[in-house]
Amino acid sequence: MKPGHSVEQRLAAAKGARRIEMVVIGGSAGGVDALVSLLPALPEGYKPAVTCILHIPADRESRLAELFDPRTPLPVREARDKEPILPGTVYFAGSGYHLSVEEDRSFSLSCEAPVQFARPAIDILMESAADVYGPALAGILLTGANFDGAEGMCRIRERGGLTIVQDPEDAHVSTMPGEAIRRCAPHLVLPLAGIRAVLPLLETP
Amino acid sequence: MSQPPSDFDIELRMLVEAVYLKYNYDFRDYTGASQKRRVLVAMREMECDTVSALQSRVLHEPNGFAQLLQYLTIPVTEMFRDPEYFLAVREQVAPFLKTYPSLKIWVAGCSTGEEVYSLAILLKEEGLLERSIIYATDINPESLEAARRGVFPLERMRLYTENYQKSGGKAAFSDYYTAAYGGALFERSLMDNVTFADHSLSTDSVFSETHFVSCRNVLIYFNRRLQDRVLGLFHDSLCHRGFLGLGSKESIDFSSYADRFESLARRERVFRKVSA
Repeated sequence: MKPGHSVEQRLAAAKGARRIEMVVIGGSAGGVDALVSLLPALPEGYKPAVTCILHIPADRESRLAELFDPRTPLPVREARDKEPILPGTVYFAGSGYHLSVEEDRSFSLSCEAPVQFARPAIDILMESAADVYGPALAGILLTGANFDGAEGMCRIRERGGLTIVQDPEDAHVSTMPGEAIRRCAPHLVLPLAGIRAVLPLLETP
Repeated sequence: MSQPPSDFDIELRMLVEAVYLKYNYDFRDYTGASQKRRVLVAMREMECDTVSALQSRVLHEPNGFAQLLQYLTIPVTEMFRDPEYFLAVREQVAPFLKTYPSLKIWVAGCSTGEEVYSLAILLKEEGLLERSIIYATDINPESLEAARRGVFPLERMRLYTENYQKSGGKAAFSDYYTAAYGGALFERSLMDNVTFADHSLSTDSVFSETHFVSCRNVLIYFNRRLQDRVLGLFHDSLCHRGFLGLGSKESIDFSSYADRFESLARRERVFRKVSA
């Protein structure tokens, strides 16, 4: 389905029978502002877990969870090592460590070399989540000035997950969404307002 | 439901089992996602198309396992990494350590030694080095060899100097090393009371009573079962009210030892054994 149909219809067509249990949202330059628009749209009682990852300098303690908690209807916290992933909870990747999802649906941290100059790297989180959640995963890639995330979105697609990329025209910086579109042909390319509209609908079967 | 294991996952499990059976290195309880990535790097660097091909080299080639081991372990470290940790050790742990006539300290998973030298410098400045015995252990013999040499890249000295200053360092950092052999050679006397030893947190047991265990960014690579084992070793090794230092994002909250330690410096991840 193409533009002309409503975003809701396009989502329903792309999503098919998937039951989304985890949403991973990645972004870089301009990503905080994009999340300011997205996260408040999550309704109370939302079932999937939501994991957000932005590139932040390693030497700075991340305050993102604190920043978003009062603006989001769901509980927001920084993902901790070995923490079991709970539904209806928003997690942020902290600074300086890669964040992965493990088979038993818990988080793990690691400090291997940066990927695409980034630690935490979106690719690492998305690839590990795709391996665990398969078709129950939705990946959303937002604005950013590097290539991180493209590889991760490809893996989500390969494993049967749903992929949504911000329209580069609409993004603060188009590099990151542009690369993902080129590499993995995402299911949906939407402006931020469209992503905001479909985010609450991801959980409905 | 989680996804069924892929061929890669099946082969990975077999590789780890083979390594355990043949070399007695136990990676079976390392966390999956990061281990998977490290094996992929090993495959690329050792030019193997499949994990099974890698396994064959590890079993049949004399140097295969030594090579693989360099990828399975994670030698990411720096001197006075997370300066606030060393500041907390200096300000909040050292005053207690000063009350003991002699000290035993265990740096577990010491990798290439950067944190051992950092700790030795700190202890020296606090007047504690001479009465301390430091056990620095790791499973990677090449890392231990590098640690014994004590030569670190010169280009990192700027960062290390900055870290040292932020950690409450009392001298000029450059006093501790001389530029030599294309690197920064650290003062030998810092290591007079250090014993470097091969020790595996997954298969070996406690070897000494200690007052302070520093084990940073090691537990994150272990699953909960192995974390519990290792925290058990530390707990057994530590004396009454002994101190435990972990990496800046490590927690004991999800382990069965959560209530056996209390926070001394919460953000800096310094804990103290609670009385029995």
